[in-house]
Amino acid sequence: MSSQTSPQSTQMKKEDPDLKRFLEILNERTKDLNPKISIDKYGRAIYIEISNEKLHELAERLSKLGIDHVKSVTGVDYPSENKIELLIHAGSYLRTLRKYTVIIKSFLDRSSPKTRSLTDVWPSAEFQEREAWEMFGIYFEGHPDLRRLLLPEDFEGMWPMRKDFMIKTRRPGEVEGPWK
Amino acid sequence: MEVDRESSNDFLSNLSQELFMIRETGVREEGERLIELQIGPAHPGSGHMRILAWVDGDIVVRCDPDIGFVHRTIEKLSENRAYIKTIPLVERPSLLDTTPMTIGYVNAVEKLMGIEAPPRAKYLRTILAEITRIASHFYGIGILAIFLGHSTGFMWAFGDREVMIELATMLTGARITYAYVIPGGVRRDMPQNFPDQVEKGLRYIERRLKDWEKLFLNNPVVERRLRDIGVLKPVMARRLGITGPNLRASGVDYDVRMAEPYEAYDEIDFMIPVAEEGDAYARGLVRFKEIEQSISIIRQAIKKIPDGDIISPQISRLFNPLMKKIYAETRRVKFPSLLATLKPPKGEAMARVEAGRGEALFHIISDGSTNPYRFRFVTPSFRNVILFKYLIPGHRLADIPAIYGSIDYFPPEADR
Repeated sequence: MSSQTSPQSTQMKKEDPDLKRFLEILNERTKDLNPKISIDKYGRAIYIEISNEKLHELAERLSKLGIDHVKSVTGVDYPSENKIELLIHAGSYLRTLRKYTVIIKSFLDRSSPKTRSLTDVWPSAEFQEREAWEMFGIYFEGHPDLRRLLLPEDFEGMWPMRKDFMIKTRRPGEVEGPWK
Repeated sequence: MEVDRESSNDFLSNLSQELFMIRETGVREEGERLIELQIGPAHPGSGHMRILAWVDGDIVVRCDPDIGFVHRTIEKLSENRAYIKTIPLVERPSLLDTTPMTIGYVNAVEKLMGIEAPPRAKYLRTILAEITRIASHFYGIGILAIFLGHSTGFMWAFGDREVMIELATMLTGARITYAYVIPGGVRRDMPQNFPDQVEKGLRYIERRLKDWEKLFLNNPVVERRLRDIGVLKPVMARRLGITGPNLRASGVDYDVRMAEPYEAYDEIDFMIPVAEEGDAYARGLVRFKEIEQSISIIRQAIKKIPDGDIISPQISRLFNPLMKKIYAETRRVKFPSLLATLKPPKGEAMARVEAGRGEALFHIISDGSTNPYRFRFVTPSFRNVILFKYLIPGHRLADIPAIYGSIDYFPPEADR
Protein backbone atom coordinates (compact mmCIF):
# COMPACT_ATOMS: atom_id res chain seq x y z
CA MET A 1 0.00 0.00 0.00
CA SER A 2 2.90 2.27 0.66
CA SER A 3 4.15 2.32 -2.90
CA GLN A 4 1.32 4.44 -4.24
CA THR A 5 1.42 6.99 -1.42
CA SER A 6 3.77 9.89 -1.69
CA PRO A 7 1.96 13.00 -0.49
CA GLN A 8 3.59 16.39 -0.30
CA SER A 9 4.46 16.08 3.32
CA THR A 10 4.93 19.15 5.47
CA GLN A 11 7.70 17.28 7.25
CA MET A 12 9.60 17.47 4.00
CA LYS A 13 11.63 20.62 4.23
CA LYS A 14 12.09 22.88 1.25
CA GLU A 15 15.28 24.80 0.57
CA ASP A 16 17.69 24.78 3.46
CA PRO A 17 20.58 27.18 2.79
CA ASP A 18 22.47 26.05 5.91
CA LEU A 19 22.47 22.47 4.73
CA LYS A 20 23.68 23.51 1.29
CA ARG A 21 26.52 25.50 2.79
CA PHE A 22 27.43 22.70 5.18
CA LEU A 23 27.49 20.17 2.35
CA GLU A 24 29.74 22.47 0.34
CA ILE A 25 32.21 22.73 3.22
CA LEU A 26 31.99 19.00 3.82
CA ASN A 27 32.68 18.24 0.17
CA GLU A 28 35.58 20.64 0.08
CA ARG A 29 37.25 19.34 3.23
CA THR A 30 36.88 15.64 2.44
CA LYS A 31 37.40 15.66 -1.32
CA ASP A 32 40.63 13.63 -1.21
CA LEU A 33 38.97 10.85 0.82
CA ASN A 34 36.40 10.15 -1.95
CA PRO A 35 33.33 9.91 0.26
CA LYS A 36 29.89 9.33 -1.23
CA ILE A 37 27.73 12.03 0.33
CA SER A 38 23.96 12.07 0.06
CA ILE A 39 21.05 13.47 2.04
CA ASP A 40 17.68 11.93 2.78
CA LYS A 41 14.48 13.48 1.48
CA TYR A 42 13.75 15.21 4.77
CA GLY A 43 17.05 17.06 4.65
CA ARG A 44 18.09 16.14 8.17
CA ALA A 45 20.24 13.04 7.76
CA ILE A 46 23.52 13.28 5.88
CA TYR A 47 24.77 9.89 4.69
CA ILE A 48 28.49 9.48 4.08
CA GLU A 49 29.83 6.27 2.64
CA ILE A 50 33.56 5.80 2.93
CA SER A 51 36.17 3.08 2.67
CA ASN A 52 37.37 1.57 5.90
CA GLU A 53 40.97 2.83 5.64
CA LYS A 54 39.85 6.44 5.42
CA LEU A 55 37.20 6.25 8.13
CA HIS A 56 39.43 7.49 10.94
CA GLU A 57 40.68 10.41 8.88
CA LEU A 58 37.09 11.33 8.01
CA ALA A 59 36.13 11.23 11.68
CA GLU A 60 38.99 13.57 12.55
CA ARG A 61 37.97 16.06 9.89
CA LEU A 62 34.31 15.87 10.90
CA SER A 63 35.20 16.52 14.51
CA LYS A 64 37.15 19.60 13.41
CA LEU A 65 34.04 20.74 11.55
CA GLY A 66 32.04 20.59 14.77
CA ILE A 67 30.52 17.11 14.70
CA ASP A 68 31.45 16.54 18.31
CA HIS A 69 29.78 13.38 19.52
CA VAL A 70 28.68 9.92 18.50
CA LYS A 71 25.10 8.84 19.08
CA SER A 72 25.50 5.25 18.00
CA VAL A 73 28.06 2.84 16.63
CA THR A 74 26.68 -0.41 15.33
CA GLY A 75 26.74 -2.86 12.46
CA VAL A 76 24.43 -4.22 9.82
CA ASP A 77 25.03 -7.76 8.69
CA TYR A 78 24.84 -8.70 5.00
CA PRO A 79 25.78 -12.40 4.92
CA SER A 80 24.94 -12.89 1.24
CA GLU A 81 27.52 -10.26 0.26
CA ASN A 82 29.94 -11.40 2.96
CA LYS A 83 30.02 -7.88 4.36
CA ILE A 84 29.27 -6.10 7.59
CA GLU A 85 28.34 -2.49 7.38
CA LEU A 86 29.66 -0.27 10.12
CA LEU A 87 26.94 2.26 10.85
CA ILE A 88 27.86 5.35 12.85
CA HIS A 89 25.50 8.13 13.82
CA ALA A 90 27.30 11.32 14.76
CA GLY A 91 25.94 14.69 15.69
CA SER A 92 26.78 18.05 17.10
CA TYR A 93 25.79 20.13 20.10
CA LEU A 94 26.54 23.34 18.21
CA ARG A 95 23.46 25.45 17.54
CA THR A 96 23.99 25.65 13.79
CA LEU A 97 24.62 21.95 13.29
CA ARG A 98 22.39 20.26 15.84
CA LYS A 99 19.51 19.74 13.44
CA TYR A 100 21.58 17.38 11.27
CA THR A 101 22.67 13.83 11.92
CA VAL A 102 25.70 12.53 10.09
CA ILE A 103 25.40 8.83 9.28
CA ILE A 104 28.72 7.26 8.32
CA LYS A 105 28.74 3.89 6.58
CA SER A 106 31.73 1.75 5.90
CA PHE A 107 31.85 -1.83 4.70
CA LEU A 108 34.00 -4.37 6.49
CA ASP A 109 34.97 -7.92 5.62
CA ARG A 110 32.56 -10.26 7.35
CA SER A 111 35.08 -13.01 8.14
CA SER A 112 37.27 -10.66 10.17
CA PRO A 113 35.64 -7.27 10.60
CA LYS A 114 38.27 -4.92 11.88
CA THR A 115 38.56 -1.18 12.02
CA ARG A 116 40.42 1.53 13.86
CA SER A 117 38.71 2.69 17.03
CA LEU A 118 37.21 6.17 16.98
CA THR A 119 37.47 6.64 20.73
CA ASP A 120 40.47 8.94 20.36
CA VAL A 121 38.41 11.28 18.16
CA TRP A 122 35.05 10.81 19.86
CA PRO A 123 35.31 9.50 23.45
CA SER A 124 31.54 9.07 23.39
CA ALA A 125 32.07 6.01 21.15
CA GLU A 126 33.59 3.96 23.97
CA PHE A 127 30.55 2.03 25.17
CA GLN A 128 28.98 2.00 21.72
CA GLU A 129 32.03 0.24 20.29
CA ARG A 130 31.96 -2.29 23.10
CA GLU A 131 28.38 -3.11 22.13
CA ALA A 132 29.25 -3.40 18.44
CA TRP A 133 32.12 -5.74 19.37
CA GLU A 134 30.03 -8.16 21.41
CA MET A 135 27.03 -8.11 19.07
CA PHE A 136 28.72 -8.17 15.66
CA GLY A 137 32.31 -9.12 16.40
CA ILE A 138 33.67 -5.91 14.93
CA TYR A 139 37.16 -5.51 16.37
CA PHE A 140 38.16 -1.94 17.15
CA GLU A 141 41.91 -1.51 17.10
CA GLY A 142 43.16 0.90 19.72
CA HIS A 143 40.05 0.78 21.89
CA PRO A 144 41.13 1.27 25.52
CA ASP A 145 38.87 -1.37 27.03
CA LEU A 146 37.23 -3.69 24.51
CA ARG A 147 35.16 -6.09 26.64
CA ARG A 148 31.64 -7.42 26.65
CA LEU A 149 29.10 -4.88 27.83
CA LEU A 150 25.56 -6.22 27.79
CA LEU A 151 25.98 -9.96 27.35
CA PRO A 152 26.56 -12.16 30.40
CA GLU A 153 30.04 -13.58 31.01
CA ASP A 154 28.85 -17.14 30.41
CA PHE A 155 27.03 -16.38 27.18
CA GLU A 156 27.67 -19.04 24.57
CA GLY A 157 27.55 -18.56 20.85
CA MET A 158 29.10 -15.91 18.74
CA TRP A 159 27.89 -12.50 17.65
CA PRO A 160 24.17 -12.63 18.45
CA MET A 161 23.16 -9.72 16.25
CA ARG A 162 24.45 -11.31 13.08
CA LYS A 163 21.83 -12.76 10.78
CA ASP A 164 23.01 -16.36 11.09
CA PHE A 165 22.46 -16.38 14.86
CA MET A 166 19.07 -18.01 15.34
CA ILE A 167 16.81 -17.23 18.25
CA LYS A 168 15.51 -20.35 19.94
CA THR A 169 11.78 -20.40 19.36
CA ARG A 170 9.09 -22.27 21.20
CA ARG A 171 5.83 -23.51 19.84
CA PRO A 172 2.78 -22.27 21.77
CA GLY A 173 2.12 -24.58 24.69
CA GLU A 174 5.56 -26.11 24.60
CA VAL A 175 7.17 -26.14 28.02
CA GLU A 176 10.87 -26.07 28.65
CA GLY A 177 12.80 -26.79 31.78
CA PRO A 178 12.62 -29.15 34.75
CA TRP A 179 8.82 -28.94 35.06
CA LYS A 180 8.36 -30.57 31.65
CA MET B 1 70.44 -25.14 35.04
CA GLU B 2 69.95 -25.83 38.69
CA VAL B 3 70.16 -22.16 39.52
CA ASP B 4 67.80 -21.18 36.79
CA ARG B 5 65.10 -23.52 37.98
CA GLU B 6 65.47 -22.30 41.52
CA SER B 7 65.09 -18.69 40.54
CA SER B 8 62.04 -19.42 38.41
CA ASN B 9 60.50 -21.27 41.35
CA ASP B 10 61.18 -18.26 43.48
CA PHE B 11 59.60 -16.03 40.93
CA LEU B 12 56.44 -18.13 40.80
CA SER B 13 56.11 -18.40 44.54
CA ASN B 14 56.71 -14.68 44.93
CA LEU B 15 54.08 -13.95 42.33
CA SER B 16 51.48 -16.21 43.90
CA GLN B 17 52.20 -14.72 47.29
CA GLU B 18 51.77 -11.22 45.92
CA LEU B 19 48.53 -12.12 44.19
CA PHE B 20 47.30 -13.67 47.43
CA MET B 21 48.11 -10.48 49.28
CA ILE B 22 46.19 -8.38 46.76
CA ARG B 23 43.18 -10.66 47.00
CA GLU B 24 43.14 -10.92 50.75
CA THR B 25 44.12 -7.51 51.99
CA GLY B 26 44.13 -5.28 48.98
CA VAL B 27 47.74 -4.28 49.56
CA ARG B 28 49.48 -3.23 46.40
CA GLU B 29 53.15 -2.89 45.82
CA GLU B 30 52.93 0.90 45.71
CA GLY B 31 51.50 0.85 49.20
CA GLU B 32 48.11 1.91 47.90
CA ARG B 33 45.16 0.14 49.46
CA LEU B 34 42.46 -0.71 46.99
CA ILE B 35 39.38 -2.68 47.84
CA GLU B 36 37.00 -3.85 45.16
CA LEU B 37 33.37 -3.28 46.02
CA GLN B 38 30.46 -4.78 44.16
CA ILE B 39 27.38 -2.64 44.46
CA GLY B 40 24.35 -4.50 43.16
CA PRO B 41 22.89 -6.15 41.12
CA ALA B 42 20.17 -6.58 43.75
CA HIS B 43 17.60 -3.87 43.27
CA PRO B 44 17.51 -1.41 46.19
CA GLY B 45 20.05 1.25 45.52
CA SER B 46 21.53 -0.20 42.41
CA GLY B 47 18.69 -1.46 40.30
CA HIS B 48 19.42 -4.27 37.85
CA MET B 49 22.99 -3.19 37.42
CA ARG B 50 26.27 -3.69 39.16
CA ILE B 51 28.68 -0.94 39.93
CA LEU B 52 32.21 -2.17 40.49
CA ALA B 53 34.02 0.39 42.57
CA TRP B 54 37.64 0.27 43.67
CA VAL B 55 37.98 2.33 46.81
CA ASP B 56 41.01 3.69 48.59
CA GLY B 57 39.72 4.24 52.09
CA ASP B 58 36.51 6.10 51.45
CA ILE B 59 37.47 7.54 48.06
CA VAL B 60 36.44 5.82 44.85
CA VAL B 61 39.49 5.47 42.63
CA ARG B 62 37.99 3.60 39.72
CA CYS B 63 34.45 2.74 38.78
CA ASP B 64 33.14 0.35 36.18
CA PRO B 65 29.44 0.00 35.45
CA ASP B 66 28.46 -3.58 34.65
CA ILE B 67 25.20 -3.41 32.77
CA GLY B 68 23.09 -5.84 30.78
CA PHE B 69 21.22 -7.64 33.55
CA VAL B 70 17.89 -6.80 31.89
CA HIS B 71 19.10 -7.03 28.31
CA ARG B 72 16.29 -8.20 26.01
CA THR B 73 17.79 -7.72 22.53
CA ILE B 74 14.94 -5.60 21.29
CA GLU B 75 16.88 -4.95 18.09
CA LYS B 76 17.10 -8.65 17.31
CA LEU B 77 13.50 -9.38 18.35
CA SER B 78 12.21 -6.68 16.04
CA GLU B 79 13.90 -8.35 13.09
CA ASN B 80 11.52 -11.29 13.61
CA ARG B 81 8.39 -9.22 14.03
CA ALA B 82 6.05 -7.31 11.75
CA TYR B 83 6.45 -3.54 11.80
CA ILE B 84 3.44 -2.76 13.95
CA LYS B 85 4.30 -5.48 16.48
CA THR B 86 7.48 -3.61 17.34
CA ILE B 87 5.49 -0.64 18.64
CA PRO B 88 4.68 -2.29 22.01
CA LEU B 89 8.22 -3.65 22.06
CA VAL B 90 9.98 -0.26 21.94
CA GLU B 91 7.99 1.02 24.88
CA ARG B 92 9.07 -1.85 27.14
CA PRO B 93 12.59 -0.57 27.92
CA SER B 94 11.56 2.77 29.34
CA LEU B 95 8.33 2.05 31.09
CA LEU B 96 8.08 5.54 32.48
CA ASP B 97 8.09 7.51 29.30
CA THR B 98 6.78 5.15 26.72
CA THR B 99 5.21 7.63 24.35
CA PRO B 100 8.35 9.41 23.12
CA MET B 101 9.78 6.00 22.24
CA THR B 102 6.73 4.98 20.22
CA ILE B 103 6.68 8.40 18.56
CA GLY B 104 10.29 7.94 17.47
CA TYR B 105 9.73 4.46 16.10
CA VAL B 106 6.49 5.37 14.36
CA ASN B 107 8.06 8.50 12.88
CA ALA B 108 10.77 6.37 11.34
CA VAL B 109 8.18 3.96 9.92
CA GLU B 110 6.12 6.88 8.61
CA LYS B 111 9.18 8.34 6.94
CA LEU B 112 9.80 4.99 5.28
CA MET B 113 6.21 4.76 4.05
CA GLY B 114 5.95 8.42 3.13
CA ILE B 115 2.82 9.07 5.17
CA GLU B 116 2.15 11.65 7.82
CA ALA B 117 -0.22 11.94 10.74
CA PRO B 118 -2.97 14.58 10.57
CA PRO B 119 -2.52 17.70 12.75
CA ARG B 120 -4.94 16.61 15.46
CA ALA B 121 -3.08 13.32 15.92
CA LYS B 122 0.20 15.24 16.16
CA TYR B 123 -1.18 17.38 18.95
CA LEU B 124 -2.54 14.35 20.80
CA ARG B 125 0.88 12.70 20.55
CA THR B 126 2.52 15.85 21.88
CA ILE B 127 0.12 16.06 24.82
CA LEU B 128 0.67 12.44 25.80
CA ALA B 129 4.44 12.74 25.38
CA GLU B 130 4.51 15.70 27.77
CA ILE B 131 2.24 13.93 30.26
CA THR B 132 4.66 11.00 30.33
CA ARG B 133 7.61 13.38 30.55
CA ILE B 134 6.20 14.83 33.77
CA ALA B 135 5.57 11.31 35.09
CA SER B 136 9.10 10.27 34.16
CA HIS B 137 10.68 13.29 35.84
CA PHE B 138 8.69 12.66 39.01
CA TYR B 139 9.91 9.09 38.98
CA GLY B 140 13.49 10.27 38.59
CA ILE B 141 13.12 12.76 41.41
CA GLY B 142 11.53 10.11 43.62
CA ILE B 143 14.42 7.73 43.03
CA LEU B 144 16.91 10.51 43.74
CA ALA B 145 15.08 11.25 47.00
CA ILE B 146 15.05 7.65 48.21
CA PHE B 147 18.74 7.29 47.32
CA LEU B 148 19.40 10.16 49.69
CA GLY B 149 17.28 8.48 52.35
CA HIS B 150 14.52 11.02 51.84
CA SER B 151 11.55 8.66 51.88
CA THR B 152 8.93 11.41 51.97
CA GLY B 153 10.22 12.69 48.64
CA PHE B 154 9.93 9.19 47.23
CA MET B 155 6.30 8.83 48.36
CA TRP B 156 5.36 12.30 47.19
CA ALA B 157 6.92 11.79 43.76
CA PHE B 158 5.12 8.52 43.19
CA GLY B 159 1.87 10.05 44.43
CA ASP B 160 2.16 13.02 42.08
CA ARG B 161 3.16 10.79 39.20
CA GLU B 162 -0.12 8.93 39.72
CA VAL B 163 -2.06 12.04 38.65
CA MET B 164 -0.30 12.03 35.32
CA ILE B 165 -0.87 8.31 34.89
CA GLU B 166 -4.60 8.82 35.52
CA LEU B 167 -4.69 11.50 32.82
CA ALA B 168 -2.89 9.18 30.40
CA THR B 169 -5.37 6.42 31.28
CA MET B 170 -8.26 8.70 30.37
CA LEU B 171 -6.71 9.35 26.98
CA THR B 172 -5.39 5.91 26.08
CA GLY B 173 -7.12 3.33 28.26
CA ALA B 174 -3.89 1.98 29.76
CA ARG B 175 -1.77 3.08 32.70
CA ILE B 176 1.74 2.72 31.39
CA THR B 177 2.12 0.80 28.15
CA TYR B 178 -0.17 2.73 25.86
CA ALA B 179 0.87 1.74 22.32
CA TYR B 180 -1.18 4.82 21.52
CA VAL B 181 0.85 6.02 18.57
CA ILE B 182 0.37 4.04 15.37
CA PRO B 183 1.62 4.68 11.84
CA GLY B 184 -0.52 7.45 10.41
CA GLY B 185 -2.06 8.70 13.62
CA VAL B 186 -3.21 7.66 17.08
CA ARG B 187 -5.59 4.99 18.34
CA ARG B 188 -8.21 7.11 20.10
CA ASP B 189 -9.48 10.63 20.22
CA MET B 190 -9.52 12.43 23.53
CA PRO B 191 -12.70 12.16 25.62
CA GLN B 192 -15.05 15.15 25.95
CA ASN B 193 -14.08 16.07 29.50
CA PHE B 194 -10.37 15.53 28.97
CA PRO B 195 -9.35 19.25 28.77
CA ASP B 196 -11.06 19.97 32.09
CA GLN B 197 -9.45 17.01 33.77
CA VAL B 198 -6.04 17.97 32.40
CA GLU B 199 -6.43 21.49 33.71
CA LYS B 200 -7.39 20.10 37.11
CA GLY B 201 -4.37 17.78 37.12
CA LEU B 202 -1.97 20.49 35.99
CA ARG B 203 -3.21 22.90 38.66
CA TYR B 204 -2.60 20.22 41.25
CA ILE B 205 0.94 19.64 39.97
CA GLU B 206 1.64 23.39 40.01
CA ARG B 207 0.46 23.60 43.58
CA ARG B 208 2.61 20.63 44.48
CA LEU B 209 5.70 22.13 42.86
CA LYS B 210 5.59 24.89 45.47
CA ASP B 211 5.50 22.24 48.20
CA TRP B 212 8.34 20.41 46.48
CA GLU B 213 10.43 23.55 46.65
CA LYS B 214 9.98 23.66 50.41
CA LEU B 215 10.39 19.97 50.98
CA PHE B 216 13.17 19.13 48.57
CA LEU B 217 14.88 21.93 46.71
CA ASN B 218 15.32 24.24 49.69
CA ASN B 219 15.95 21.42 52.10
CA PRO B 220 19.38 22.02 53.68
CA VAL B 221 20.10 18.30 53.96
CA VAL B 222 19.34 17.71 50.29
CA GLU B 223 21.46 20.69 49.33
CA ARG B 224 24.39 19.46 51.39
CA ARG B 225 24.15 16.04 49.78
CA LEU B 226 23.87 17.28 46.20
CA ARG B 227 25.67 20.60 45.82
CA ASP B 228 29.12 20.39 44.21
CA ILE B 229 28.79 16.62 43.93
CA GLY B 230 29.38 14.92 40.58
CA VAL B 231 30.23 18.10 38.72
CA LEU B 232 30.00 17.51 34.98
CA LYS B 233 31.83 20.25 33.09
CA PRO B 234 30.31 21.34 29.76
CA VAL B 235 33.42 20.24 27.84
CA MET B 236 33.27 16.80 29.41
CA ALA B 237 29.54 16.51 28.75
CA ARG B 238 30.11 17.31 25.08
CA ARG B 239 32.99 14.90 24.73
CA LEU B 240 31.17 12.03 26.43
CA GLY B 241 28.05 12.59 24.32
CA ILE B 242 25.76 13.06 27.30
CA THR B 243 22.13 13.80 26.60
CA GLY B 244 18.95 15.02 28.23
CA PRO B 245 18.56 16.94 31.50
CA ASN B 246 22.07 15.82 32.51
CA LEU B 247 23.48 17.72 29.55
CA ARG B 248 21.29 20.76 30.09
CA ALA B 249 22.33 20.93 33.74
CA SER B 250 25.87 21.42 32.43
CA GLY B 251 24.95 24.50 30.44
CA VAL B 252 24.38 23.05 26.96
CA ASP B 253 20.90 23.97 25.75
CA TYR B 254 20.49 20.98 23.45
CA ASP B 255 17.00 19.57 23.10
CA VAL B 256 15.71 17.62 20.10
CA ARG B 257 12.30 19.22 20.48
CA MET B 258 13.99 22.49 19.49
CA ALA B 259 16.83 21.19 17.34
CA GLU B 260 14.71 19.09 15.01
CA PRO B 261 11.05 19.69 15.91
CA TYR B 262 8.78 16.71 15.46
CA GLU B 263 5.01 16.39 15.96
CA ALA B 264 3.52 19.72 17.08
CA TYR B 265 6.54 21.16 18.88
CA ASP B 266 7.32 23.71 16.18
CA GLU B 267 3.92 25.33 16.74
CA ILE B 268 4.32 25.56 20.50
CA ASP B 269 6.20 28.15 22.46
CA PHE B 270 8.43 26.79 25.20
CA MET B 271 11.80 27.24 26.82
CA ILE B 272 14.68 24.90 27.50
CA PRO B 273 15.71 25.16 31.15
CA VAL B 274 19.47 25.23 31.53
CA ALA B 275 21.64 25.26 34.65
CA GLU B 276 25.30 26.20 34.66
CA GLU B 277 26.66 24.37 37.69
CA GLY B 278 26.60 20.82 36.34
CA ASP B 279 26.38 19.25 39.80
CA ALA B 280 23.85 16.76 41.12
CA TYR B 281 21.67 19.54 42.51
CA ALA B 282 21.51 21.27 39.12
CA ARG B 283 20.42 18.01 37.48
CA GLY B 284 17.55 17.71 39.95
CA LEU B 285 16.64 21.36 39.51
CA VAL B 286 16.52 21.12 35.72
CA ARG B 287 13.99 18.30 36.00
CA PHE B 288 11.70 20.49 38.13
CA LYS B 289 12.02 23.35 35.65
CA GLU B 290 11.21 20.97 32.80
CA ILE B 291 8.04 19.88 34.56
CA GLU B 292 6.99 23.55 34.57
CA GLN B 293 7.70 23.79 30.84
CA SER B 294 5.80 20.57 30.13
CA ILE B 295 2.78 21.98 31.98
CA SER B 296 2.91 25.03 29.72
CA ILE B 297 3.26 22.87 26.60
CA ILE B 298 0.23 20.74 27.54
CA ARG B 299 -1.88 23.86 28.20
CA GLN B 300 -0.95 25.38 24.85
CA ALA B 301 -1.52 22.13 23.00
CA ILE B 302 -4.96 21.66 24.58
CA LYS B 303 -5.86 25.22 23.59
CA LYS B 304 -4.51 24.99 20.05
CA ILE B 305 -5.59 21.46 19.15
CA PRO B 306 -7.32 21.52 15.74
CA ASP B 307 -10.41 19.51 14.85
CA GLY B 308 -10.29 16.80 12.27
CA ASP B 309 -9.19 13.26 11.72
CA ILE B 310 -6.91 11.37 14.05
CA ILE B 311 -5.75 8.92 11.41
CA SER B 312 -4.20 9.59 8.05
CA PRO B 313 -6.54 9.08 5.07
CA GLN B 314 -4.05 6.63 3.60
CA ILE B 315 -4.80 4.30 6.51
CA SER B 316 -8.48 5.07 6.98
CA ARG B 317 -9.35 4.27 3.37
CA LEU B 318 -8.37 0.67 4.13
CA PHE B 319 -11.12 0.45 6.79
CA ASN B 320 -13.92 -2.02 6.24
CA PRO B 321 -17.52 -0.80 6.85
CA LEU B 322 -17.56 -1.96 10.48
CA MET B 323 -14.30 -0.15 11.24
CA LYS B 324 -15.65 2.96 9.58
CA LYS B 325 -18.76 2.75 11.75
CA ILE B 326 -16.72 2.35 14.94
CA TYR B 327 -14.45 5.21 13.93
CA ALA B 328 -17.38 7.52 13.16
CA GLU B 329 -19.27 6.68 16.36
CA THR B 330 -16.56 6.37 19.00
CA ARG B 331 -13.50 7.88 17.29
CA ARG B 332 -11.49 4.73 17.88
CA VAL B 333 -9.19 3.33 15.27
CA LYS B 334 -9.27 -0.38 14.58
CA PHE B 335 -6.32 -1.81 12.73
CA PRO B 336 -6.99 -2.68 9.11
CA SER B 337 -5.64 -6.17 8.52
CA LEU B 338 -3.37 -4.86 5.80
CA LEU B 339 -1.36 -3.00 8.45
CA ALA B 340 -0.34 -6.28 10.04
CA THR B 341 1.54 -7.23 6.92
CA LEU B 342 2.76 -3.75 6.25
CA LYS B 343 5.57 -3.68 3.71
CA PRO B 344 7.36 -0.35 3.57
CA PRO B 345 9.43 0.20 0.44
CA LYS B 346 13.12 -0.61 0.42
CA GLY B 347 15.23 2.07 2.02
CA GLU B 348 16.15 3.49 5.36
CA ALA B 349 14.86 6.15 7.66
CA MET B 350 16.04 7.76 10.86
CA ALA B 351 14.11 9.57 13.53
CA ARG B 352 15.11 11.03 16.84
CA VAL B 353 13.04 12.29 19.73
CA GLU B 354 13.60 13.90 23.08
CA ALA B 355 12.46 11.36 25.64
CA GLY B 356 12.29 12.18 29.34
CA ARG B 357 15.90 11.23 29.91
CA GLY B 358 17.30 12.60 26.67
CA GLU B 359 17.68 11.94 23.01
CA ALA B 360 16.55 8.60 21.61
CA LEU B 361 17.56 7.50 18.13
CA PHE B 362 15.73 5.14 15.79
CA HIS B 363 17.13 3.90 12.52
CA ILE B 364 15.25 1.38 10.41
CA ILE B 365 16.66 -0.37 7.38
CA SER B 366 13.94 -1.96 5.29
CA ASP B 367 14.48 -4.60 2.62
CA GLY B 368 10.88 -4.43 1.46
CA SER B 369 9.64 -7.38 3.54
CA THR B 370 7.20 -7.45 6.44
CA ASN B 371 9.94 -7.25 9.09
CA PRO B 372 12.62 -4.60 9.51
CA TYR B 373 15.96 -5.81 8.16
CA ARG B 374 17.75 -3.91 10.88
CA PHE B 375 16.40 -1.69 13.60
CA ARG B 376 18.86 0.39 15.58
CA PHE B 377 17.50 1.75 18.81
CA VAL B 378 19.62 3.93 21.07
CA THR B 379 18.11 5.08 24.34
CA PRO B 380 19.25 8.08 26.37
CA SER B 381 20.24 5.96 29.39
CA PHE B 382 22.57 3.92 27.21
CA ARG B 383 24.37 7.09 26.22
CA ASN B 384 24.47 8.36 29.80
CA VAL B 385 25.84 5.18 31.38
CA ILE B 386 29.38 6.29 30.50
CA LEU B 387 29.00 8.89 33.27
CA PHE B 388 29.41 6.19 35.91
CA LYS B 389 32.90 5.54 34.67
CA TYR B 390 34.03 9.15 34.41
CA LEU B 391 31.97 11.04 36.98
CA ILE B 392 32.19 8.90 40.11
CA PRO B 393 35.99 8.51 40.59
CA GLY B 394 37.30 11.02 43.09
CA HIS B 395 34.11 11.09 45.13
CA ARG B 396 33.36 9.47 48.44
CA LEU B 397 31.56 6.16 48.53
CA ALA B 398 28.54 7.83 50.13
CA ASP B 399 28.22 10.10 47.11
CA ILE B 400 27.62 7.22 44.70
CA PRO B 401 23.85 7.08 45.44
CA ALA B 402 23.57 10.85 45.06
CA ILE B 403 25.31 10.79 41.69
CA TYR B 404 23.44 7.71 40.50
CA GLY B 405 20.10 9.22 41.49
CA SER B 406 20.87 12.56 39.91
CA ILE B 407 21.77 10.98 36.56
CA ASP B 408 18.28 9.41 36.48
CA TYR B 409 19.76 6.28 34.99
CA PHE B 410 17.19 3.59 34.24
CA PRO B 411 18.81 0.17 33.69
CA PRO B 412 16.12 -1.49 31.53
CA GLU B 413 16.24 1.50 29.24
CA ALA B 414 20.00 1.29 28.82
CA ASP B 415 20.04 -2.48 28.33
CA ARG B 416 17.11 -2.52 25.89
